[in-house]
Amino acid sequence: MRHIISLLVENESGALSRIAGLFSARGYNIESLTVATTQDPTLSRMTIVTAGSDKIIEQITKQLHKLIDVVKLQDLTEGNFIEREMMFVKIRAEGETKRSEIQRLSNIFRARIIDVTDSTFCVELTGSGDKLNAYIKTLQDSDVIEIVRSGSMGITRGEKALTL
Amino acid sequence: MELSGSEIIVQFLKDEGVEHIFGYPGGAVLHIYDAIHRQDDVKHILVRHEQGATHAADGYARATGKPGVVLVTSGPGATNAITGIATAYMDSIPMVVISGQVPSGMIGSDAFQEVDAIGVSRPCVKHNFLVNDINKLAITLKKAFYVATTGRPGPVLIDIPKDITAPHIKISYEYPKQVSLRSYNPTVKGHPKQIKRAAELLLSAKRPMIYSGGGVILGNASEELRKVTRLLGFPITQTLMGLGAYPGTDKQNIGMLGMHGTYEANMAMHECDVLFAIGARFDDRITGDTSKFCPKAKIIHIDIDPASISKTINVDIPIVGEVKQVLTDLYQILEQSAEKPDQKALKNWWTRINSWQQQDCLAYDHTSKHIKPQSVIEALYEVTGGNAYVTSDVGQHQMFAAQFYPFDEPRRWINSGGLGTMGFGLPAAMGVKMAFPQAEVACVTGEGSIQMCIQELSTCLQYDLPVKIINLNNRYLGMVRQWQEFFYEKRYSHSYMDALPDFVKLAESYGHIGIRVEDPADLKAAMQEAFSHKDRVVFLDVITDQTENVYPMIQAGAAHNQMEISPVHKKRLGSINPEGELS
Ligand SMILES: Cc1ncc(C[n+]2csc(CCOP(=O)(O)OP(=O)(O)O)c2C)c(N)n1
Ligand SMILES: [Mg+2]
Repeated sequence: MRHIISLLVENESGALSRIAGLFSARGYNIESLTVATTQDPTLSRMTIVTAGSDKIIEQITKQLHKLIDVVKLQDLTEGNFIEREMMFVKIRAEGETKRSEIQRLSNIFRARIIDVTDSTFCVELTGSGDKLNAYIKTLQDSDVIEIVRSGSMGITRGEKALTL
Repeated sequence: MELSGSEIIVQFLKDEGVEHIFGYPGGAVLHIYDAIHRQDDVKHILVRHEQGATHAADGYARATGKPGVVLVTSGPGATNAITGIATAYMDSIPMVVISGQVPSGMIGSDAFQEVDAIGVSRPCVKHNFLVNDINKLAITLKKAFYVATTGRPGPVLIDIPKDITAPHIKISYEYPKQVSLRSYNPTVKGHPKQIKRAAELLLSAKRPMIYSGGGVILGNASEELRKVTRLLGFPITQTLMGLGAYPGTDKQNIGMLGMHGTYEANMAMHECDVLFAIGARFDDRITGDTSKFCPKAKIIHIDIDPASISKTINVDIPIVGEVKQVLTDLYQILEQSAEKPDQKALKNWWTRINSWQQQDCLAYDHTSKHIKPQSVIEALYEVTGGNAYVTSDVGQHQMFAAQFYPFDEPRRWINSGGLGTMGFGLPAAMGVKMAFPQAEVACVTGEGSIQMCIQELSTCLQYDLPVKIINLNNRYLGMVRQWQEFFYEKRYSHSYMDALPDFVKLAESYGHIGIRVEDPADLKAAMQEAFSHKDRVVFLDVITDQTENVYPMIQAGAAHNQMEISPVHKKRLGSINPEGELS
């Protein structure tokens, strides 16, 4: 089963390598990992998307907890949550038909064109991983020059929050 | 007090109550060594190899319960220390390793003797710190000791760039008495409801079994374990790491379990209906095939580390907390409970266990003209009155020591159980002797293992550490040879120890006494002689039977009731049927 684990970690230089090292040393799967600071400059927020049986997920959360740099942890998949990922796609866009086709599709997906040249568009799109995949599917492989995805981030719905 | 970084380190160690540190100098720690030179409170022991420093500090920690402290230089100093750090990590031993680092401004430039000690040590430390500000030095040291010694203990490394320890930069120092980490709060008390459930299950058991591990020793809970075990009247077995927590000679103790555990302990594991695991982690050398582990039992597990619970074996009643505290709470409930263990069932259970015990699974051939390794350990036990601190290396000799030297006290049996580090025994014995100069300290080793840290014989002389080395010299990497005999049709690939040194002369050249013994008839006298030299290191080189194997043995994939038993055991008792009972 796919799980999204949110972490508050000490904003220290070694923290990321400790967490990444834990996953590689114990052979756990990482689908994506994102990290950035929070409103509290001493803390970073990390979102890890992983997969495994209940037993493995239990071990992953326990082992993460054990790391001294991990302050708090929450498995978002245990409750109601929102998940989003952001993507940039640089697309070959030559000729009027192609350019308007890409614009039309982007509108459907609520994607924004954020950079334009004579021959390319750069599109920004936010949504679930599935939505991002669906958008990519509408494009011809040969038109896709570059894709940059942020990896998932998540947050719980409602009052509940991962804070100190 | 205005102190330099180096002086802060030394003053801090003193304030923290550290009496001994084990180390080896080099460029990156020279400022620190200079500060050490200017005082007498913290005694530094110069080892001959950084691996020796870590094992010595480790032995010191295992024997005393206090953290072992190590000081090494950057680069090769730090990498040499890694084996000992990993050894301590696997057995949850409190240790603080201070490593020098190249000056802050040069980090990352491939400077002379630069290695990323934080990165290299990361997978085998409980935590590590790079100190990049002298103002944080004292508090970081405090954090290191705090993390190393609390919760599930473990080694902590502090990497200190040379500029932080420079003599001309002084700041005001005050010993940080307390420290708290918002991200680290080890659980102490067990959940009362869980403890109550555990008590109920224990009292309902018909064929109970207590299985205790190194956590009881680390958590100083031997007394509590004894009280609970005696109150219940249940059989108890211990892991290799747990020996001594419950008296080895007590009649409720049915010996070690696992790969080379006793017949009775392993059979009882297989047959029990309630298993009470205390400070043990269901290691693969204990469980064998996990799908066949304790097939009839409900399991209770006390551990300080939540990650140890249901890691390999699912348990029915987990209790996270300090063993000492949990056992104290449990004892109270059991004592006050109107219900008592089912005496009739217990009597039947003991009758079965006694019948397994009568098979005498550790019996060996007493008629051999070669010295049997088992008899050496028996002689050691006799001569030391069972009171010695015994360290060991890794191999057959380690298993024989565990089987034939019943420890009645915790912290007396000191071996590398988790990592299985050859080379551990001698430096660990030095550490123990440093802590307890009056106690008998024996290192049971093999001719293979002893050569991995033999250089420490020199340290023993310099610091007057008269340990006794009992070398079970079978001219083989015996444990490897045993596996090759069993699983590789006797193809003894590279397990013969050729070109061995003359250990007697070697000991003598290091300034010690060497004794060789080959005839079983001379063994006892040689052992007595070795221990008669109170103030000298004695290297007793015992030429033992090359063909002896360690029995019983649970082979890979087998269940606890499917042990390979010794030829003597077989001959005396006929063959064992698939259920493990005698036919
Ligand atoms: C550093 C290290 N290298 C390799 C091994 C694998 N190993 C386990 S036991 C053993 C043989 C040990 O030989 P010896 O010290 O003579 O003891 P014996 O088994 O003969 O009693 C070896 C090589 C190990 N445990 N540690
Ligand atoms: Mg040998």
